[in-house]
Amino acid sequence: MSRFKFAILGAIVVAIGIMISVSVFTVRETEQALVLQFGQWQRTASDPGIQFKFPWQSAQKYEKRVLSVDPPAEEVLLNDQKRILVDAFARYKITDPLKFFQTVRTEATFQNRFGNILTSTVKEVVAQQALEDMLSEKRNSIMETIRDSVAKNSAGFGTEVVDIRIGRSELPEAVSQNVYDRMRTEREREANLLRAEGEENARRIRATADRQQVEIVAEAEREAQVLRGNGDAARNGILGEAYGQDPEFFEFFRSLEAYRETFEEPGTTMLLKPDSDFFRYFNDVGGLSGRQSSGAINKK
Amino acid sequence: MSWNNQGSGGGGPWGGGPKGQWPPSGGGGGGGGGGATPPNIEEMLRRSQERVKRFLPGGLGGGRAIALLAVGLLALWLMSGLYKVQPDEQGVELLFGKWDGVVTESGLHWRWPAPIGEVQTPKVTVINRVNIGFQDASDLGGRVSGTRDVPRESLMLTGDQNIADVDFTVQWRIINAGNYLFNIRDPEATVKLVAESAMREIVGQTKLDDLITTAREQVQGQAKILLQQVLDGYGAGIGIERIQLQLTSPPPPVIDAFNDVQRARQDKERLQNEAEAYQNRIVPTARGEAASVIEEATAYKQRVTKEAQGEGARFSEIYQSYLIAPDITRRRLYIETLRDVLKGANKVIIAEGATGGQGVVPYLPLNEINRNRTTDGGGQ
Repeated sequence: MSRFKFAILGAIVVAIGIMISVSVFTVRETEQALVLQFGQWQRTASDPGIQFKFPWQSAQKYEKRVLSVDPPAEEVLLNDQKRILVDAFARYKITDPLKFFQTVRTEATFQNRFGNILTSTVKEVVAQQALEDMLSEKRNSIMETIRDSVAKNSAGFGTEVVDIRIGRSELPEAVSQNVYDRMRTEREREANLLRAEGEENARRIRATADRQQVEIVAEAEREAQVLRGNGDAARNGILGEAYGQDPEFFEFFRSLEAYRETFEEPGTTMLLKPDSDFFRYFNDVGGLSGRQSSGAINKK
Repeated sequence: MSWNNQGSGGGGPWGGGPKGQWPPSGGGGGGGGGGATPPNIEEMLRRSQERVKRFLPGGLGGGRAIALLAVGLLALWLMSGLYKVQPDEQGVELLFGKWDGVVTESGLHWRWPAPIGEVQTPKVTVINRVNIGFQDASDLGGRVSGTRDVPRESLMLTGDQNIADVDFTVQWRIINAGNYLFNIRDPEATVKLVAESAMREIVGQTKLDDLITTAREQVQGQAKILLQQVLDGYGAGIGIERIQLQLTSPPPPVIDAFNDVQRARQDKERLQNEAEAYQNRIVPTARGEAASVIEEATAYKQRVTKEAQGEGARFSEIYQSYLIAPDITRRRLYIETLRDVLKGANKVIIAEGATGGQGVVPYLPLNEINRNRTTDGGGQ
């Protein structure tokens, strides 16, 4: 009896277990789920936690987090005829899983289709800009324009575009080379200017120094000549005053001095006449020759 | 929940089982009631079926042992709900995948064991680094020392349409564990992608010359603000600690030209300095020379004046003494002078008569006289 009872109980337990296993599912914090009945939408379970369904229904889960689409970079011809590689990426959220399920069903499909929309929108918007705009505060409004346009075009997917940003926007290789050449020549120009300025200043400083040197020396020479003149003038004044006391005596005295200086050196040969004044007493103790005759002294 | 199935299904008939043990487990079953995860249910079902099979032939004594075993397993399962949160972590508890906002700090905690509960422990105090524009040892798995440039990431267009080589590091950490875990998928890649985009935006508004010289701090600050704004817009739960520009330089193909500008600037300085050195050498020398010229002239003036004064004074003295006896003094001076003059001279005295009419001078052997003078030491 009891054996039979337990067998039945066991069967019930098994049955309940199976029932629960196929009619309970969890929705994680990062997920949301659709409950489908033979592929037909029944309800949306967007709150996390434990959820129930009938065993014949199935749960289709979708991400609730912010997701990313990053299509490859595209070359765009800007309206100033410059080419640029633009790499945009988008962040989106699945806000209406039912629409998402109906239109694209899987994330991969969505990424593909949304990526196309994003790429073409970026091309379209960016092509109307000049390169300066891409490199200015306007970049923000460009990104906003792209975002609005993409949001409008992707409205049917049941997603919300959180953000669209332009990541890389770089010049193609050939253009980069031109930019490098321009940068290089700009720098060469600057370097040459700097060196020439240095040379200019150096020469100016040297020339100024040379001029100052000449000026200083010339000024000193001038002053020196004045000083010498002063000295000579003073000499003339002093001697004139002294000798002016008796010009005749000065002449006599100075002549004697001059003789002395002139004949100082011994060995001078002199032809002398004995009747010169010096020899007045040489022949004649009375000195007849008189005072009036001055001695002729010939120097040889 | 599996134990719950077992409890509600198998517990009833074993009413005589250990009273102390069953009510709590039954209560626990009630708490988790309705919850189930398919794989575990199946496993537990299989287990309970085995027990039932063993129980059928075994009778009541076997049943008691099975009940004890079940209780032990239950206790073990409940024990597995204990978890540790390290000091650098926060615990985020989930119940059937749902987060009710509870964040636990470091220490030992209990939550419902799997598969009911679940816990994630992100490291919230750790500062994460993302290198952009270059890779260092940590990116290269430690096999390489030094860094490697990644031109695809580091070459950016600047506001004046030049290209700059910008390497930077983003330091970020989790400031809201729940947001970090549940709001964005692949947060690290997001940080990197957005950081690069933000930096390009800021660099695109900065002139190259400023970027590589004075505007680094400013660029770091603006990029940080922008990056934080965007991440907040995603609800990422990530805080940017700082953005550190590692390198802002002209791109490799033109770096020589840029360095040459620096060299030119140095050259300019050098040329000027050299010229100034020349100036500093030559001008003071000239001043010295000028001083010496003037001093020389002053000396001349002084010498000449003093000499004249001396000479004048001497003459005055002599003149004064001369005035005492002019005639005598005059003759004396004359005679003394001639004496001195003639004393050292070779003298030839020619009497007036001797010369005759024609004079003797033309016949004097002057050269001989000279020779005599030199050989004989002077003769008369």
